[in-house]
Amino acid sequence: MADQTAGIEQGGIKAFRKGPDLFRVLCWVASAATVATLAWIIVEITHQSWPAIRESGLGFLFGDKWIPNRGIFGVLPFLIGTAVSSLIALLFALPLGLAIAIFLSEDFLPLPIRQAIRFTVEMLAAIPSVVYGLWGIAVVIPLVQIFGSWAVVAFENIPVLNTLFAPPAYGNSMLTASLVLALMILPTITAISRTALVAVPGTLREGAYALGATRWEAILGVIVPTAAPGIVAATILALGRAMGETMAIAMLIGNSSRLTSSLLAPAGTLAGLLANQFGEAEGMQVSSLMYAALLLVAMTLLVNMAGEFVLRYTQKRTAGIR
Amino acid sequence: MSSAIATPEKPVHKDFFHKAREARSGFRSLVNRVLSVLCVTLAFLALIPLLSIIFLVLKKGLPLLNWSVFTELPPAAGQVGGGFGNAVVGTLLMVGVALVLATPFGILSAIYVNEYAPYSRLANAVRFVAKLLTGIPSIICGVFAYAVIVLTTGGFSAWAGGFALAILILPTILLTAEQALIGVSKAYREASYGLGATNFQTIWRIVLPDALPAMMTGIMLAVARAAGETAPLIFTALFSQYWIQSLKEPTASLSVLIYNFSTVPFPHQIQMAWTASLVLVILVTIANISAQIVFRKK
Amino acid sequence: MDQQRPETSVVSSASFAPVNTPAPRSDFLKVDNFNFYYGKKQALYGINMEIPERQVTAFIGPSGCGKSTLLRNFNRMNELIDGVHHEGDILLNGRSIYDKAIEVIALRRSIGMVFQKSNPFPKSIYENIVYSLRIAGVNSRGILDESVERSLRGAALWEEVKDRLHDSALGLSGGQMQRLCIARAIANRPEVLLMDEPCSALDPIATAKVEDLIHELKKEFTIVIVTHNMQQATRCSDKTAFFYLGKLIEFDETQKIFTNPSEKQTEDYITGRFG
Repeated sequence: MADQTAGIEQGGIKAFRKGPDLFRVLCWVASAATVATLAWIIVEITHQSWPAIRESGLGFLFGDKWIPNRGIFGVLPFLIGTAVSSLIALLFALPLGLAIAIFLSEDFLPLPIRQAIRFTVEMLAAIPSVVYGLWGIAVVIPLVQIFGSWAVVAFENIPVLNTLFAPPAYGNSMLTASLVLALMILPTITAISRTALVAVPGTLREGAYALGATRWEAILGVIVPTAAPGIVAATILALGRAMGETMAIAMLIGNSSRLTSSLLAPAGTLAGLLANQFGEAEGMQVSSLMYAALLLVAMTLLVNMAGEFVLRYTQKRTAGIR
Repeated sequence: MSSAIATPEKPVHKDFFHKAREARSGFRSLVNRVLSVLCVTLAFLALIPLLSIIFLVLKKGLPLLNWSVFTELPPAAGQVGGGFGNAVVGTLLMVGVALVLATPFGILSAIYVNEYAPYSRLANAVRFVAKLLTGIPSIICGVFAYAVIVLTTGGFSAWAGGFALAILILPTILLTAEQALIGVSKAYREASYGLGATNFQTIWRIVLPDALPAMMTGIMLAVARAAGETAPLIFTALFSQYWIQSLKEPTASLSVLIYNFSTVPFPHQIQMAWTASLVLVILVTIANISAQIVFRKK
Repeated sequence: MDQQRPETSVVSSASFAPVNTPAPRSDFLKVDNFNFYYGKKQALYGINMEIPERQVTAFIGPSGCGKSTLLRNFNRMNELIDGVHHEGDILLNGRSIYDKAIEVIALRRSIGMVFQKSNPFPKSIYENIVYSLRIAGVNSRGILDESVERSLRGAALWEEVKDRLHDSALGLSGGQMQRLCIARAIANRPEVLLMDEPCSALDPIATAKVEDLIHELKKEFTIVIVTHNMQQATRCSDKTAFFYLGKLIEFDETQKIFTNPSEKQTEDYITGRFG
């Protein structure tokens, strides 16, 4: 009996001997392909943008005019537009997102209500970008127009503000795009910050309370500082997301290549430029767009790498506190 | 309590602290309460835009929603009637193509990373690249597919759109599959090895079945993500007014239809865009909710 | 008690002890017919006890006997848990800790606490100690500096860390971290110091240091210590309370509890027959 069992087992193992090795190779190939994908993306886009890189070099980055039918390709307005729209979006989304993250990690209200709000914020992440765009056209553009026509009068004689809110006030503007963008990155900031806050050991909170701290003294003095690296990572990753966000921006920002200081004027971003022009581009315009895409890849990769490193540091640090 | 006269040897007297405590605790409690109210208010403030979006999508999308929008073709400029049946089909088709392309790579990579060589250089590289890929703007997936497929085959196609979406969802599938594998109890693996099973047997018969529900969650999340994306499709699949005949031709999708119709001056088309938005949001929500349900069953 | 600790004891006793000390109260912390519930589950049953001022009182008993629960009621930390309620009263120096006129944050500054697991904030040693002063609005450099030195000396940690006050507290050893937490608690000048198994995560050498420290600290503070370690209770406490299943079984001089307990359950526990 025992011998028979042994025989069967050996037979079974033999039958599968080829399986494991082949399967392992298969998995290895898939892994290698995944890693290669990123390299392929970068190589392919670089390759396609090579004619434009050869022709205009770094001047591409500093050219402030983009006139395809005259062969003039300068990407500066879009670089600036990408940076400004992302930063304004962060300006709105960071305080709000952090407040929501704190709200979710504290027990101000009963758990079901908090879960409902958490679900809501997660829903925000699930709504397609193009629907944000449509909603922005219907709701945010009219609101910004109202605000804009008020602001240009109200801020007429106030320095700085009168350049930021200079007439004429358009609906399709930097401000509109940034506001919608803020809403779109809110879930990212909230989710990662909340994770960081929840990871703060309860003993630290207890320690603060035992020393007579109020809830907010504990939150602002101990919990948020302990979670700070995670919150920084959230901010950086949200910045990366904002820089790459395309459709809603393309539908709301007005897609102008004119450089202006007014937030009420149309502007453009790299992603919006690609969305608008790729479909009908030819020749050098394709190559220039590829160059712009390469810049966008480089920017988002750098930002995301930074975010990833901060996140890893956070995990190590939290492990140290425990 | 003892008197509160500070002498040079005792510059800080015990009572000093008591007084500081009592005097400020009321103020501090007030600040505490104000901050709490502010925080709760801000959290509820975030609900307003979402409710506004949902309200508008329902209000403007529902009037045109009937069965014919799924069976008819998009109306030409300025015309009334029609639907977006071809866009629904196109979206489903391209999401399907993306799944077929990305799922094997995602899951096999995850198996390699978690089961075969978790500490290898390749595994670390895979994890890092997957994280970076999640951060790559979706439009870059479109640019890449444009370069690789549209430029080489000379035309826009469902293949190109599906390929762009595949790049987009690969990291989602990979990372969730890895999490699914991590979630499988170590004891199962040890028991299997202890009974003399090979790596492959353990993975195939013990680990994968146990991880499957969680992997399905990842796949459904990927479907939700891919279905809602526009940027990778606008210059890969482009758009089409007609029913799809083959994967090699320009293909309509819901999201591109919304984009195209949102900027035209015809009220009927704009309303059609809202109806398409409603359908798209429902589609994405179903995918997201089924992802949650599949996971909860485990 | 009378061992030589020149600087420590001189500085700390000169500053902490009230000048014209009245005789220590024997009912400094008074528990009056106290019941406590987690939701519907009753955790403490009719506790009555009087904890003497400037002595060390040890709470012993098997896990889940309610000793930590009672300890955490003294500074109302239990109120951080949902669905708890109490009956009866606890009085500090004759005044109810549940008095509406007392903010709980003020109470916790009068009753310091040291936890089972040391929990220094991820800040510098200095900032850890002055945390409670800063939240009370004390920002004068002189007071903060003095308080840091006094507290660290009080916790017998000054010599070890005086050159790296601004380094992260997370770089300290386990025993040092726990003494830092003690220093942090006494920086507040509390009336009472609660210690919830302060040595359970420490090695024997670090434990001995903390026990020495308890001897020193009782000159200025009323100390209540929860411990699983009966040797520790005999070594450092003046009075011992034995809890079992949420009830106070016996409360007496430590000497008496460990040599001649009047209750059978106490005897069974201290002789290791259960728990």
